[in-house]
Amino acid sequence: MDGPSSAPLFRMEGVSKRYGGVKALTNADLTVEAGHIHGVLGENGAGKSTLMKIMAGVVQPDEGRMTLDGNPVAFGNPAAANAAGIVCIFQELSLVPELSVADNICISNPPKRFGLIDQRAQRRIAEEALARAGGEDIHPLAPIKDLPLSRRQLVEIAKALVRKPRILILDEATSALTAADVRKVFSVLKRLRQEGLALLYISHRMAEIAELADECTVFRNGRNVGTFKSGTKSDTEIVELMIGREYSHVFPPKPAPQAATGTPALEVRNLSWNNRLKDISLTARAGEIVGLGGLDGQGQRELLLALFGVLRSTTGEILIDGKKCNLNCPNDAKQGSIGMALIPEDRKTEGLMLPMSVRDNLSMASLGRLSKGGLVDRAAETKAIDEMIGLLAIKTDGTAVPVGTLSGGNQQKIVIAKWLMTKPKVILLNDPTRGIDVGTKAEIYQLLRKLADQGAAILYYSTDYDELIGCCDRVLVLYDGAVGRVLSGDEITERALVSSALNIGAGQVGTGTSSMAGAGAAG
Amino acid sequence: MTDQALTARHGGDWRYWFGEQRGTLLALAVFIAMFAIYTSNHPAGFSADVVTTAANKGVLLALVAMAQTFVVLTAGIDLSVGFIFILCNCLASHIVLGSAIQTTFGVIGVLAAGLACGALNGAIVIYGRLQPIVATIATGAAFYGIALLLREQPGGDVNEALADFLTNQFPGGIPASAVALLVVVLVIWIPFRKSMLGRVVYAVGSSESAAYMSGLHIRRAKFIAYALGGLLASIGGLFITFVTYTGEASLTNANTYTLNSIAAVVLGGVSLFGGRGSAIGAIFGALIFRTIGDLLFVFDLDPLWQPLFLGVVLLISVCLGSFRLIRIRNRLDLFG
Repeated sequence: MDGPSSAPLFRMEGVSKRYGGVKALTNADLTVEAGHIHGVLGENGAGKSTLMKIMAGVVQPDEGRMTLDGNPVAFGNPAAANAAGIVCIFQELSLVPELSVADNICISNPPKRFGLIDQRAQRRIAEEALARAGGEDIHPLAPIKDLPLSRRQLVEIAKALVRKPRILILDEATSALTAADVRKVFSVLKRLRQEGLALLYISHRMAEIAELADECTVFRNGRNVGTFKSGTKSDTEIVELMIGREYSHVFPPKPAPQAATGTPALEVRNLSWNNRLKDISLTARAGEIVGLGGLDGQGQRELLLALFGVLRSTTGEILIDGKKCNLNCPNDAKQGSIGMALIPEDRKTEGLMLPMSVRDNLSMASLGRLSKGGLVDRAAETKAIDEMIGLLAIKTDGTAVPVGTLSGGNQQKIVIAKWLMTKPKVILLNDPTRGIDVGTKAEIYQLLRKLADQGAAILYYSTDYDELIGCCDRVLVLYDGAVGRVLSGDEITERALVSSALNIGAGQVGTGTSSMAGAGAAG
Repeated sequence: MTDQALTARHGGDWRYWFGEQRGTLLALAVFIAMFAIYTSNHPAGFSADVVTTAANKGVLLALVAMAQTFVVLTAGIDLSVGFIFILCNCLASHIVLGSAIQTTFGVIGVLAAGLACGALNGAIVIYGRLQPIVATIATGAAFYGIALLLREQPGGDVNEALADFLTNQFPGGIPASAVALLVVVLVIWIPFRKSMLGRVVYAVGSSESAAYMSGLHIRRAKFIAYALGGLLASIGGLFITFVTYTGEASLTNANTYTLNSIAAVVLGGVSLFGGRGSAIGAIFGALIFRTIGDLLFVFDLDPLWQPLFLGVVLLISVCLGSFRLIRIRNRLDLFG
């Protein structure tokens, strides 16, 4: 190990990365010292994941340089980064489901005897690694696909340890763990720090960062906006650093808050699913835009899918106009009596058939409505399509061109138009403005307000806090699969959104335990 | 790690082993039951001759099913195995002849040809990024074309001493073909299964993205799996030459062996989604498939019943394999 006075173990200088027109990382700097735990904080899309993927060799930076022990390095793929001693524990787990725990732990460099894998030695290595990671109860021969998520995360940590990393990157590595497991993992991480490893710990749990980290770095808009010794700033000061993006969107004015009278268009009571959604209750009235906030992956996507009939064996009730309904598939949900529409997250896979024409895509969800006796009424179809192209101002060279040839913004408009053609009463949106240009975003905001004014109830999940502030009448902040906090009217500020997304400042401080996450509040 | 914890865990090992081998063991059990029924109803009973005849027929499909297994494990499919098999049959009827040395070179030549065919498939699928189903239909047709050039009419010859040695019985009535199959398993399959290469092939078939993120050489492993598939099909091609003493570019045989190899793989518990199963299971799958036909024969049923009967057996076994879908809780996963 180098002495503390020599060059830092790892340094990143002026690193930038853009995806298409979107800057994910701008001129970012980071220094990682051996024998330290470095906490990394930031909002959704602040550049944390990109930073980590660059270090782990998953993506290549557009500019900037990285040094290891003072020598310049570049990684073309994850294997190269591993060879240099940088090992990453990804949020999306990198375990092979059909193989056993021991196979996975030793996957890249299994012990060999006479050229073949030595099963006994492999098992011994796996058991030792599991013990170091605090997973002694996991059987090394169990197939990964039979393990619950929390066990898989421990296997993932064990797998990283056998690679003998010098720098270990953990991205939300404790998000699926129980409080007892978190304690074990923390003692492992502290021991690794003593052994001279550098750890980069990305988390949104402030309490974890406070306990573990020696230094913290906060990212905002793809830039490093501050590196400081842990404990020198309060939670409030850290939240201040995280917020403060430029306000670049144009939002339509919001109507005055209305008294909650009459039957809500959509009511959800005690909805739970598979330990990912926990006792969620909410209401959305006709004319209201209700936002879903919180950090990525807190159950927002699952909530929308559950409402739309995609998830099996959910518990709880869904009421439309006060009537209980039982939705078993998207086809049930889009029927006229329910009138639900879901604008999915990924337009390329769930929203559109890219090689098919604009016309076919637009009428895809409304074919039942446009058909007579099993035949599509071409005249009615053309009329409905023209109406939608006009309403959303879709720029397309006729209706026969493949949707894949349009720009991202116009593709997104087609996904929305496709569902508006079904005349929905309840509209669910899953981050509909991701990766589209500012002008189209503004048009979508206007459209949503217009639809609400015409009597639709809208449930709007966005990872962009500005949109929640600018568009929504109320915002439910989800944390760990439950409604952590409900903000309405003037309460919807960036500070309130960030602190409730981190589950702090609402009278409670997150301790890494899921049990602390807010009691499900009804809208 | 304490020894206590280790011993506490030993009790559960067999359970995981059984879980992994379930498909293979089930195929083995079904085969033993069917073969017992077959031999007890055969006029000659459980005699060495009956077993040898059954083994000679069964080994052909077993080898082609093994070939298919390598590719299916990567979550691909090889619709050219039957054609490689036939091509190697035609080639063998030209070159596996003459003195011991000439015959040896002939055998090596046939194996090399099969390996080259498999490698070509692998190159097209992996480096050309074509879908396996289309790529192997195309290469299969090409392989058949070469087979026709080699043997416009059925004919040719083979080293009879070698052919008889491998299709008769060893002392004690043990069928030589079964021993040969065992040697193939020990020399090719077991080392593959226990090597890094085999591990990567299973990982790729199970989750290609996780394998990539683990820093494995996934393209190389897939390529070698296709090449080994070709090699196994060529061993099958050699064997049919030893059984028939001729080469024949039979389109019917090529197609039948291709489709039956997929059926055998499924019967043997290999998942068509990849990453799960064993070539040993596929061997028993192939033997089951063969025995069904023999059963109809000993019970004096009209051979016309055979396709219907085989189809029903196949459907039932596929149904058994899809019980996992019932447990899926996110309907979107049904399509992934």
